[in-house]
Amino acid sequence: MTTSALTIKNLAKTYGNGFQALKGISLEVQPGDFFALLGPNGAGKSTTIGVICSLVNKTGGEVSIFGKDIDTDFSAAKRLLGVVPQEFNFNQFESVHDVVLNQAGYYGLARGLAKERTEKYLKKLGLWEKRKEASRTLSGGMKRRLMIARALVHEPSLLILDEPTAGVDIELRRSMWEFLEEINAAGTTIILTTHYLEEAESLCRNIAIINQGEIVTNTSMRELLSQLNKEMFILDTKESVAGLPEVEGYGVSQVGEHCLEVEVEKGQSLNELFDQLSKAGVHIVSMRNKANRLEELFVSLVSTNNKEAAQ
Amino acid sequence: MSPMEQWISFSTILRKEIRRFMRIWVQTLLPPAITMALYFVIFGQLIGSRIGEMGGFTYMQFVVPGLIMMSVLTNSYSNVVSSFYGAKFQHSVEELLVSPTPNYVILVGYVLGGVARGLAVGFIVTLLSLFFTQLAIHNLAVIIAIVALTSIVFSLAGFINAVFANSFDDISIVPTFVLTPLTYLGGVFYSINLLPEFWQGVSKLNPILYMVNVFRYGVLGVSDIDVVSAFIGVTVFVVVLFIYCLHLLNAGTRLRA
Repeated sequence: MTTSALTIKNLAKTYGNGFQALKGISLEVQPGDFFALLGPNGAGKSTTIGVICSLVNKTGGEVSIFGKDIDTDFSAAKRLLGVVPQEFNFNQFESVHDVVLNQAGYYGLARGLAKERTEKYLKKLGLWEKRKEASRTLSGGMKRRLMIARALVHEPSLLILDEPTAGVDIELRRSMWEFLEEINAAGTTIILTTHYLEEAESLCRNIAIINQGEIVTNTSMRELLSQLNKEMFILDTKESVAGLPEVEGYGVSQVGEHCLEVEVEKGQSLNELFDQLSKAGVHIVSMRNKANRLEELFVSLVSTNNKEAAQ
Repeated sequence: MSPMEQWISFSTILRKEIRRFMRIWVQTLLPPAITMALYFVIFGQLIGSRIGEMGGFTYMQFVVPGLIMMSVLTNSYSNVVSSFYGAKFQHSVEELLVSPTPNYVILVGYVLGGVARGLAVGFIVTLLSLFFTQLAIHNLAVIIAIVALTSIVFSLAGFINAVFANSFDDISIVPTFVLTPLTYLGGVFYSINLLPEFWQGVSKLNPILYMVNVFRYGVLGVSDIDVVSAFIGVTVFVVVLFIYCLHLLNAGTRLRA
């Protein structure tokens, strides 16, 4: 039987002010997985990550990394884990090189190997040219990459990234995605939290959604997306649409002079839609999804959970 | 972590700490040198020449060991308090907390960083003092031992201050309102034999008095208090403070949510 990369059992955290951030969550992440942990702000994602990397003291439950308990076998557990936190947490006055090199030292890597790894990961993340500069002088995107290089320097088996692409431009975000896919393909298990749901949809194979300290859903991405029974499309028209065309069986609304919004049920034919629009004299020149599919599900699951909690 | 890995982690922390105070030497090494040079000129030369002898030595000879000790303890304290609080403030302390480095290694690394700065400043001030007076060495082993122990005590105290500090104001409160008065009343500038008996008794509650006097004994061979009991007292301080600091780290006080 394979040991899970991460096992969380009945994890609870109540802060000193009485706020119950985690209400006994359980979660399992398999080795080699690319796992998304999603949830609205304040849902408990960062608290969960904080407990895993021992920056937050849990009030109940168990956590183990590749079978190593974070309480009883903390040294072995920490060695297997790399964390990229949400906030910048490196010494702003140290050079880029020293930030990574020191972290290697804290994991007990011999000086020679530490220097070798520092060079390897600074080069991989495009920071080698900046190695002598004070870390505070880096741009936001570079600071994020520096934290990824730092988290990888001891080559952990499990990498947790807490909103790694927040505030990063699209080009850089995509290059980060490629890099993360590359290290995941090389065998590193990745857990990702993000507010960019298209990021989770395109990268992750399994997903858990957390809300108000509870796991709302924990399933595969494919399974989750198959629950979606409606999709919204935006249709751009050739000519301006004078009035709303009559289309039976579809919810159509006009959102611009050359733009219609159509709600399509799962399994409903698109050909029929186009036939009806053609008959109404509307010529479609392009079509796209209105919103990210995962986003719709996310909003629906979280709002259902919020209503249940309110009752 | 194996002993070798712990050694690597410890040397990484210590190297980082030494590089930090060397990098900002204008803030860490130069000011105590200037301040102590002024003390030597004003208290030693200008005022001291009018005071005459103290404890059988010229006032300059009497005051120099106390001033060296004063610079060692204040710099050991301020190195750890500013470095560890800075790491807390920037959250870079998390780099260590998420790593497998044991807490005692973190503590020893920071404390020896403070000791390194205390010794560096002590060395600079000693060199400066040679421009003003001649320093005899009565007992080198006593000098080395008391400087090391004092430096460790104040590094540990600085660590405690840093753990509980919530702002940069908090790291200057203890040096200003506790450390400075205790230092000035710790027999740096006078022999407690000059005080009435009651105030001699009160002065003996001040730990800095013991450290300064043992150091003075190592240099001049005279002390207001018993050297052996002073050593025992300072060693007890080291042990108690070390255990308390380790407890703070293990509990994650003000470091872990």
